[in-house]
Amino acid sequence: MARPVQGLIDTDVHVTVPDTRTLLPYLEPYWREHVQRRGLERENLESSAFPSSAPINLRPDWKPETGLAGARLERLQRDLLDPFGHRYAILNCVHGAQMMFSEDLSLAFCRAINEWVKAAWLDKDERLRASIVVPPHSAELAAEEVERLAGDHRFVQILTLAMGELPLGRRQHWPLYRVAEAYGLPIGIHAGSSFRHPPSAGGWGSLYLEDYVSYAQGSASALNSMISEGVFVKFPALKVVLIESGVTWLPASLWRLDKTWRGVRAEVPWLEEQPTQTIRRNVRMTLQPFDAPPSADQLAKIMAQLGSEEMLLFSSDYPHWHFDGMDAIPDGLSEALVHKICIENPLNTYARLKETTP
Amino acid sequence: MNVTVLDRAPDRSREAMDPSILGFIDCDVHPFVKGPNDFDPFLSKRWLEHKQTIGNRSRQGLAKTSMYPRMSPGVGQRMDAWPKGGGHPGSDLPLMQEQLLDLFDVSYGLLAPLVGGAAGERNVEFGAAMASAVNEWQLAHWCDLDPRLLGAVQVNIEWTEAAIAEIEKRAGDKRWAQVNIPPRGLEPLGRRRYWPILRACAEAGFPVSLHLGGTSGHASTGGGWPSFYHDEHPSYVQSMQTLVTSLVCEGVFEEIPDLKIVLVEGGFAWLPALCWRLDKHWKRLKAECPSLTMAPSDYVKKHIWVTTQPIEEPEQPVDMLSILEWIGPEKVMFSTDYPHWDQDDPRYAFKVRLPEAWKRMIFKDNAKALYRLD
Repeated sequence: MARPVQGLIDTDVHVTVPDTRTLLPYLEPYWREHVQRRGLERENLESSAFPSSAPINLRPDWKPETGLAGARLERLQRDLLDPFGHRYAILNCVHGAQMMFSEDLSLAFCRAINEWVKAAWLDKDERLRASIVVPPHSAELAAEEVERLAGDHRFVQILTLAMGELPLGRRQHWPLYRVAEAYGLPIGIHAGSSFRHPPSAGGWGSLYLEDYVSYAQGSASALNSMISEGVFVKFPALKVVLIESGVTWLPASLWRLDKTWRGVRAEVPWLEEQPTQTIRRNVRMTLQPFDAPPSADQLAKIMAQLGSEEMLLFSSDYPHWHFDGMDAIPDGLSEALVHKICIENPLNTYARLKETTP
Repeated sequence: MNVTVLDRAPDRSREAMDPSILGFIDCDVHPFVKGPNDFDPFLSKRWLEHKQTIGNRSRQGLAKTSMYPRMSPGVGQRMDAWPKGGGHPGSDLPLMQEQLLDLFDVSYGLLAPLVGGAAGERNVEFGAAMASAVNEWQLAHWCDLDPRLLGAVQVNIEWTEAAIAEIEKRAGDKRWAQVNIPPRGLEPLGRRRYWPILRACAEAGFPVSLHLGGTSGHASTGGGWPSFYHDEHPSYVQSMQTLVTSLVCEGVFEEIPDLKIVLVEGGFAWLPALCWRLDKHWKRLKAECPSLTMAPSDYVKKHIWVTTQPIEEPEQPVDMLSILEWIGPEKVMFSTDYPHWDQDDPRYAFKVRLPEAWKRMIFKDNAKALYRLD
């Protein structure tokens, strides 16, 4: 593993809501009362997709003495931003707010999280940027929340989960994609599931390891759906970022998708080009976990199969544990490519970052 | 895109055929019924009446056909495989012989019947009766008429005792190659409640073929139901990945060291990356699966075989060689998927020249060894 370059842009840093009580001041009055009447501020709304103490989700030296990792700015600065020399870090808050069945309650919590992220993080460190958290199963409400925050250019992306109620290409989601494209905000599809469905038609596994491994296939199917439904035909300027989904599975998945398209494209006549071409143009992936093959020769082949030097964006996936020390970059990538991954590719993906970059 | 290859008119003459391909073993051949009553002679009066009144009850909305309409008639058949005298592709042995078995001197064709609905039947007693009937039908209509055709024992794994009895009944009979379990089941196959069935397969000397399909009632993807066959088709791969992950992580291969698994019709190019991902995250989450004594990829290398169709076509055809090398050419077995629309022709499936030794392994020797064929 190799070190990233100074002045890097980190496209996946997790912040954790310390407890639901923290969100109370940021809820609208109706929802604050509602939440308190129901005693919800006493409940822990952690997502079951990322158990916070599982070793994979908690790098040992990033573990705080008390409380949850990713909950305190000082630790983020000390663990990550200062030693690595970040220019920007994009904060992604994966939280149960996005999983509530009630669209209204989901929006209320998402809104509170966005306001908390502003006050507790963005206002306190200029290096921080964030994704807008939205209720993913209600495109109208999600679009409303994006409209509300779009004027604040520290929000650079819209966050959703790979596995929700409906495949991400389905037309019900399009109102969200319309505003995303209009404001130049990529859709960040974070690994994980709201567990409306098992990871595949093969059913529910037993172990967290199985779930975690399945997040790559969740991202693959989200991507297949967006391609098939013609999201990128309808919204050609839309960028999608697959976050924390692994990288090395993509080439084989593309071969399969391209071959299916060649045989079945009469069913989806709006697709006039091979899916791989669309994906190379519109889709980006964060670096960690990279899921590297054991040898440098294999890695070189996978990178060639990816067929693009523009697709990968540096991510530490803080505080998750995918690498030790400063060795955040898989071995075997050229210096020039590492530079692109750390700086140019994120800048070209998140147009809003360019506005404040000299 | 391999335009040159795609646009080439197939040369059907025998002279054009590579002698090292002729005589191959086809690991995925689909027989079909001539009519709706083909299974009836093999059902008891009770279950025949049930079939004629209630019929199959699976876990999907449409009773008689697939939820995802295919691109050609008959739920996705090869257009030239419809028998001239009527009937469905795959239902006519002479035509199957002409288009597949005789044309290529196929030494063995491994049957994968996708008829009868036994595996996905919700009434498990009827499921077991249908499994048995489909098994008798394979013997009477196929294996006994052309000894090159080897059956796949059908079972309904939701009734453990009946499934084991069916497997034991077929053990030792050379007309059977393997036991077939569809990967889209109620729960991933590595779960403990399925171990007795898997153990029975291993003890009978049957590999377990996971032929894509099944109606579990679960959405095809973790994010819900796709709209199109265009995204349903690649989602088959994901159920395969779920099962490989489950079988490995649950420690099934520690428990049943003789278990051999064959992935059929799921492609295979995805397997190396899945192994890298399994190995990487197993390192962090080892404590969760203490029964594993080696890395996940080691179990895959030892216990899992793949069949080729629908073969992936890498953008750079030469990348197929790397994929085969990473999986291990000794674990890859050729399959046509006759008579489906996306079947692979052994002459054109690989868009790159394979080393002679690999060709021999993939087209013949690997299947011969795994299924202990002459």
